[in-house]
Amino acid sequence: MKLHIQAHSRITPISAYAHGELVLNNKENLTFNLFGKELYRYLTVQYPKFFKMDELCQLAFLGTELLTSHIDHWDGEKVAIVLGNKSSSLSSDKRHYDSIADKNNYFPSPAVFVYTLPNIMLGELCIRHKITGENTCFLMEKLDAEFMHTYVKHLFEVELYQYCITGFVDYSDNDYVAELYLVSSQNDTDTPLSQNFDKNFNQIIF
Amino acid sequence: MEIYSVADNITSPLGLDTASNHAACRKGVSGIDKIHSSVYYPEPFYGAVLKQDLKKALSGSSESSYTFLEQLFIHSISDALSHTSGLNKQRTLLVLSSTKGNIDLLAKDYKGTISKKRIEMEVMANAIAAHFDLLHPPVVVSNACISGLSAVLTAKRLIEVGLYDHAIVTGGDILSEFVVSGFQCLKAISDEPCRPYDADRKGVSLGEGCGTMIITRNKSLAKNPRELVRVLSGSQSNDANHISGPSRTGEGLKLVVKRALQHAGISVEDLAYINAHGTATMFNDEMEAIAFDAIGLGSTPLNSLKGYFGHTLGAAGVIESIITIKQMKAGELIPSIRFQNMGTTKPLNIVRSIKTISACEYALKTTSGFGGCNAAVVYKNV
Repeated sequence: MKLHIQAHSRITPISAYAHGELVLNNKENLTFNLFGKELYRYLTVQYPKFFKMDELCQLAFLGTELLTSHIDHWDGEKVAIVLGNKSSSLSSDKRHYDSIADKNNYFPSPAVFVYTLPNIMLGELCIRHKITGENTCFLMEKLDAEFMHTYVKHLFEVELYQYCITGFVDYSDNDYVAELYLVSSQNDTDTPLSQNFDKNFNQIIF
Repeated sequence: MEIYSVADNITSPLGLDTASNHAACRKGVSGIDKIHSSVYYPEPFYGAVLKQDLKKALSGSSESSYTFLEQLFIHSISDALSHTSGLNKQRTLLVLSSTKGNIDLLAKDYKGTISKKRIEMEVMANAIAAHFDLLHPPVVVSNACISGLSAVLTAKRLIEVGLYDHAIVTGGDILSEFVVSGFQCLKAISDEPCRPYDADRKGVSLGEGCGTMIITRNKSLAKNPRELVRVLSGSQSNDANHISGPSRTGEGLKLVVKRALQHAGISVEDLAYINAHGTATMFNDEMEAIAFDAIGLGSTPLNSLKGYFGHTLGAAGVIESIITIKQMKAGELIPSIRFQNMGTTKPLNIVRSIKTISACEYALKTTSGFGGCNAAVVYKNV
């Protein structure tokens, strides 16, 4: 089965790129809280739920917006998400621990606790993009392209998916990266990219 | 390629091996108790934790260099491996599932000596792989409450593509103040031991433990061939509905069950038994009943094991798969403990007392979790 990378995005504390082209520079060195909001406004998205998400989910959300802007419609059952992550939901985990540190001032909050799992970011992407296929979160030190390629390729072969969002999203103490790839079994026209999806897929030079 | 589960271990409040856990379930013993300890929560609550004697039996001499969760993993893997022969470590992968890993290391008052680096699950998994002299970097999956089944499916896939011949699939989570306070603030914890599918169910009871399955393409690894089953098929999905609650209509669950049956090449009538998720929250159990009814599984014998183990989160898919396999092999289903009156709008055929079944060729294991995810696996008796 021939698989293509149709789109690619990358967000770091320095900048946001889509398909190798600069979208937004963080020239004022804003914290993610501010840079993320600036990017959200820049993308002219209307999705108020964005403001309820924790940083990890916001980061995955923004990266995926950059990735899927050329898609008008897809059959959600034929779309999968397979992401790598290193720090789990560390930022929300710390927030939850802060709320229970003092037995005399105990205030755990559902709005924080529901974000204390790394796969919640995949759940948010599924809701946003009506994706009902497999969603799996692997924890890894850094993007293991060979492993992800093997897993995603097999998934396409056995489950007959049309699209898969894959890559690596990680957020910890204001260091962060979202590096996402839209892989497709279809050779659609008018896609931002048309690259081979192979075990070196993360070496796309941009 | 045929993929088998050849050996296993359950380490839980009910015992330190599969046989003792299965025996406890058969006798109707539950690991859930009232817990009076501010280590977990300022007020008493119901949950399933390992008692001191079991903890002591686990730790041995490794106490100082491994966390409690790591000790669970190490014990569980060692015992499961002892039921195999001829496993080539060079062709073996560790697939580990957990929702919160060593989250207790992040507590402000943590006083232990284990490096905080082990909060990162990949670092923890590496320490465990090193303990067993495994050569390949472990694969860690964290998909909320479906993590255990995700790990089984991941292992199956990576063996199928030829990367490995065998996988040690291990799922574990501990009870911690982090998790208890979180479920309490969601008002999801029952004020009595949980009662899956019952009309008066009031929510979950949380549990801790670890389950390990040795999954392989080579069935001769089994020391006891009577333990063999095939991991036949499986699938995963998302409801795309809500991050902390299931779809009301069970869309994602219907999808995974249909796909798992399709991949297995069998129909709903072929399933002799379903081990469902059955957390005993209002929404989960109702959603499952709607989904199973819609796909024609309303009369298939079904139970939840949460009343015995509590909800063991990242371990649940593995622990409950192992008891599913034991029931298939014994031809005997265990009652869904504390179930009295049907509490879902669509009927389910809940197992109420020990039930002998003449043949159990195919059984279905399902799970659903936070983030809207669902997973299903079909096991085939050999």
